[in-house]
Amino acid sequence: MSLTITEKILAAHAGRKKVEPGEFIEARVDIALGNDITAPLAIKEFRKSGKKRVFDNKRVVLVADHFTPNKDVASARQVKISRDFAQEQNLKYYFDVGRMGIEHALLPEQGLVRPGDLVIGADSHTCTYGALGAFSTGVGSTDLAAVMITGRLWFKVPETIKFIYWGKLNKWVSGKDLILYTIGDIGVDGASYKAMEFSGEVISHLSMDSRFTMCNMAIEAGAKSGIIAPDKITLEYARKHCSLFTVHCPLPTSDPHAHYCAIREYDCSKIAPQVALPHLPSNAQPVSEVGDIPLDQVVIGSCTNGRMEDLRIAAQVLKGKKIPSYIRLIIIPATQNIYLQAVKEGLIEIFLEAGGVVSTPTCGPCLGGHMGVLAEGERALATTNRNFVGRMGHPRSEVYLSNPAVAAASAIKGRIAHPDEVHNQ
Amino acid sequence: MRLKGRVHKFGDDVNTDEIIPAKYLVTTDPEELAKHCLEGRSKNFAGRVAPGDIIVAGKNFGCGSSREHAPLAIKGCGVSCIIASSFARIFFRNCINMGLPILESREAVRETKENDILEIDLSKGEIRNTTRKKLYRVPPFPKFLQRIISSGGLMNSIQ
Repeated sequence: MSLTITEKILAAHAGRKKVEPGEFIEARVDIALGNDITAPLAIKEFRKSGKKRVFDNKRVVLVADHFTPNKDVASARQVKISRDFAQEQNLKYYFDVGRMGIEHALLPEQGLVRPGDLVIGADSHTCTYGALGAFSTGVGSTDLAAVMITGRLWFKVPETIKFIYWGKLNKWVSGKDLILYTIGDIGVDGASYKAMEFSGEVISHLSMDSRFTMCNMAIEAGAKSGIIAPDKITLEYARKHCSLFTVHCPLPTSDPHAHYCAIREYDCSKIAPQVALPHLPSNAQPVSEVGDIPLDQVVIGSCTNGRMEDLRIAAQVLKGKKIPSYIRLIIIPATQNIYLQAVKEGLIEIFLEAGGVVSTPTCGPCLGGHMGVLAEGERALATTNRNFVGRMGHPRSEVYLSNPAVAAASAIKGRIAHPDEVHNQ
Repeated sequence: MRLKGRVHKFGDDVNTDEIIPAKYLVTTDPEELAKHCLEGRSKNFAGRVAPGDIIVAGKNFGCGSSREHAPLAIKGCGVSCIIASSFARIFFRNCINMGLPILESREAVRETKENDILEIDLSKGEIRNTTRKKLYRVPPFPKFLQRIISSGGLMNSIQ
């Protein structure tokens, strides 16, 4: 009986010895997450049910991160619904302005997800926590409402595609480039309904921040989840952050003869920094082949690339440089702790001196909410995750996706540029 | 359950940002959301759609964000059913959970055109294109999902 890590975690939470792909199961949920956009709908359903209390006030987590600090009266009203609910239910983990960060950077940082956990979130990028060796997946608001009441949810056990990355990473290539390259290879529905298991020598040396970025974008290939079997790097991260919980032992991992519906291998020495062209994340190309694309705005941040590693590499590229006056460079540390650490390391000074602005944590511009919405005909390069039509503003604006080093270099050049064009000149 | 309506045809990869752009996610009111339904993909869809109409689309319908505001906006317009070659999984869940009928049929999608009239028998799994005199059979959902659908959505099924 050989199982993948995903099947093992699902089986353990369904109280079973094993589960098989395609099976429908009901499983126990360790953490259920909602944000200021999705929680109000879930709360509405919770109220309709007539139930008075959530199943566990330590396992329902709400983060007001999308339209906060409140961008207008209507969004203020939505946030208030979540805030009032959190107070009424005495939720231990409610994060508002001042403690808030972008949810998928915040929860791991706060130690709320452990290897082997089962996490659901009413946000599609909930798949991020797979980087910790957890099964985590995005669901809808009604799902969240059901979990708030019962602590359980239905799942179809996914098949798993194994991705093996080997070779040596080229300079300026990060987790973002690996995942853009992968989505470019398999398409935006290439892993539809499936688990993406990332493995290989490159992954085993990859930082946690880059692992979060890769699992974060599994949804952009249509996947139910992304996952990386926990190893020394995961454990070191978990021990540092998960002081509130004991870590599951032994750590879950896939059996050597586990069944995969497909296996894909990539020689990373052939992967250059990538840029995804409008209007799909699968339109990935090496940055050197994109051509002369002038920009109006550059955004460095989001649940995909707003972590320390991202800010450090952006600062490395931007240090001592000035961006042109017609470029708007918006940098958004993903959490308060990341923001503070960036202050201590002098990164914020570098950003400001380069001509950028630094914002409080928010999802803001990634989804065209606030803090950098595009006008008709405008073009942005962003370290975010989606470049759909109208994603960052007007339906006739354009979003290109890249890693933070490419984004920083492009801000300096005023057009999409390779970091080698500006670094160490 | 039997449904009848006029077809609004869409292509592949219709995403939830197109179905309901984020700027409208400051409310959970289906009627308000319906006013902007599919605004990112098709101008004035909300003005053209009539109660009972049917959306027919290509692969990966509803990809992107988990926002349940997307199926809610579609339901709010009075759309009675969505037929697609395939659905993105969170959108699929949301439709099952809120009781919005959806069907997967590549064949029906391929041969159906804008403004065709479809008659759908959900219990039999039949799609009849009365404009083109064609009949398509769709395999029923697994029993597990049928239980959720027949109880009127997830919240009813857990009570």
